[in-house]
Amino acid sequence: MTKSKLNLDANKIAKARELSKQIAAPVQKYIEKHTTVAIERSTLRMIGADGIDSDGVPIPNKIVNQIGENICYGATKYYINALLKKGLTPDELNKEIGNGLDITKLDFVDFSYIEEKAKELVETFATKVKANVAYREEKVNKYKEAENSPLLYLIVATGNIYEDVKQAQAAAKQGADVIAVIRTTGQSLLDFVPYGPTTEGFGGTYATQENFKIMRKALDETGEATGKYIRLVNYCSGLCMPEIAVMGALERLDMMLNDSMYGILFRDINMYRTFVDQKFSRMINSFAGIVINSGEDNYLTTSDAVEKAYTVTASQFINERFAYESGLPAKLMGLGHAFEMNPDIKNGFLLEMAQAQMASEIFPEAPLKYMPPTKYMTGDIFKGLAMNTLFNFIAKSTNQGILLLGMLTEAIHTPFMQDRFLGVANAKYVLNNIADFSDDIEYKKDGIMQTRARTVLDETIEFLEEINKVDLFEAIEGKMFAEISRPKNGGKGLEGVAEKAADYYNPFYTYLENELNIAKGN
Amino acid sequence: MMIRPYGDTLNDGAVQMSFTLPVAHSAKADEAAILYTKKLGFKEVEVVHSNPLSDEFTFFVVYGKTDISIDYDKVEVEEVEKSLDFYGVNNFIKENIKRNIVVVGACSGSDAHTVGIDAIMNMKGFDQHYGLERYPMIDAFNLGAQIPNEDLIKKAVELNADAILISQIVTQKEVHIQNLTNFIELLEAEGLRSKMVVCAGGPRIGNKLALELGYDAGFGRGTYPEDVASFIVEKMHERGVNN
Repeated sequence: MTKSKLNLDANKIAKARELSKQIAAPVQKYIEKHTTVAIERSTLRMIGADGIDSDGVPIPNKIVNQIGENICYGATKYYINALLKKGLTPDELNKEIGNGLDITKLDFVDFSYIEEKAKELVETFATKVKANVAYREEKVNKYKEAENSPLLYLIVATGNIYEDVKQAQAAAKQGADVIAVIRTTGQSLLDFVPYGPTTEGFGGTYATQENFKIMRKALDETGEATGKYIRLVNYCSGLCMPEIAVMGALERLDMMLNDSMYGILFRDINMYRTFVDQKFSRMINSFAGIVINSGEDNYLTTSDAVEKAYTVTASQFINERFAYESGLPAKLMGLGHAFEMNPDIKNGFLLEMAQAQMASEIFPEAPLKYMPPTKYMTGDIFKGLAMNTLFNFIAKSTNQGILLLGMLTEAIHTPFMQDRFLGVANAKYVLNNIADFSDDIEYKKDGIMQTRARTVLDETIEFLEEINKVDLFEAIEGKMFAEISRPKNGGKGLEGVAEKAADYYNPFYTYLENELNIAKGN
Repeated sequence: MMIRPYGDTLNDGAVQMSFTLPVAHSAKADEAAILYTKKLGFKEVEVVHSNPLSDEFTFFVVYGKTDISIDYDKVEVEEVEKSLDFYGVNNFIKENIKRNIVVVGACSGSDAHTVGIDAIMNMKGFDQHYGLERYPMIDAFNLGAQIPNEDLIKKAVELNADAILISQIVTQKEVHIQNLTNFIELLEAEGLRSKMVVCAGGPRIGNKLALELGYDAGFGRGTYPEDVASFIVEKMHERGVNN
């Protein structure tokens, strides 16, 4: 690791971590006591529940609706019981449920049979996911040399998965290491995951398991042809966080946008629902070796990037804490931030660089995700290209992990093919031209950058102390994040949260807790 | 006065362009780019740079000169009424209304589709246009879907709303007309109509229809949050609302 440039006080960093731990503790207590419809549906998907009925209702939703209030006992035992009772495979049972079978009406077999079957089903799921992890590791290692550092991340968003494939393959050939398929507007607010391949969306494409599969296959082909492992990204956010995580684990996605508080603040999803869901989703991501990307950039599109820089750092600490609580190692934490300062600010570049370097020194193992300028991009594509160059410079010189490429036509239209090319060309020029800049440079003692980083860290600690005084739920309600108030019982999805019964049964949850070494009850 | 693009000499007609053609990068592709640009009416065409984007696409930077000119004296522009943007709306409120304004929105009646009201009100907004929740000078309350008209009015009174937004996506059998009419009647019965700016929105709701039904405005397809916000604040100002 490169030695510190900012000369940050290690005690202060430790203090911020300790505060985050205290902030997360009561939330963890709540999480442990509750399940949600999304967690139950995810578990059902892990067992093999899939497909839709003739009205288009996904089978996992259908089952959870049948179970109703009794999800407090866990949905698993109902589904496994039905498998045993009927002597069917999951595929066959899904069809029966689609045709109207109500699995809650069946008598229960002896619980020991359910437990025994559960073991086998957990094993089946785990084997599949472990094979995906092994495959990815092998390919990443094989093609390590061809990879850019930071990884170059490009977006496609046509609404039609087959069009997305064409654009994604072209983007990969142009040099992208990572392809994200933007989700259609509003999918995060659906309390179910659509099914099958889709060709219509608004501003993006539906996240469905079939779409994941189609894109995965396409990127594997392009990867093999170009001698690279192309990473695939989607959105593990909204009301179906853990379900999307299961699909990603099964279809070998490599990254997921997955923030512990984004849905609450920016999508008005209920806070209890989000906290409970995010944990299980992160457990699954962790097990599947999927890098999460947190959404701190969103704070800066709302608030001023100079004044509110500390909210980004504070959120990174909180996201890190919640990730650790879910068994997610630092190397899978793509904590986010963004280059969003007003370009008219004198020395704005130094402030941006101090912030990026600070993130890199506080979270040295995390593959930080750095987002390009959007807020101050105008129709002036030439200025935009210049801003993107400075952004790329900071990304490389502060060792960011994932570089979301800026588009010179940001704020004008969804990128043309040539816009992506110019984005990649710009980044490659900078990455090569300043390859060892970071190693060769020291920051001036007590200069603008060191002073700035110190100030932001102090403000971060102050802010975390204030949150800790009230607790995180109160803090969110009290408008402390992103200048928006989210009432504890407001927002979408609270009705999908249930307190676990004493004999709540979820062998998949338990399996992951053990695999990931998550300590309980602290 | 006849005018043409200006490069470095008056009336040289110099234009810079960049575009992509769906062919592999080659000398033939460069020539095609030149011929194509000539077809557009340019002379002295030069491909100054070309680059493959993939096996099937090539990107070009091209310069050309044009003889086409335009009589500047004959140019007429229609002054379109432009919405204020995010910053403009907040500044307008600060300067003219001098307090935060309260906006309550919902999909009222039986409509369960929140996509429209969410696009206008959610923090995230849509298509890079921030929703009303993100406006520091607006206290925005999105009540969600299937809110009975009575409850919506009750909530608006409770929150001291300056404006109410009703979104209607489902228009089968004109159910939206009945619901929108019902809402206005209730509001009038309570004597609240003149105290609030009331807007309807949805893919099949136009300004004309909304005005006919007794609303202050209607917003259809392609509306952004700032369009709605601009209308509300300007209407409030026009009515002399402050404090």
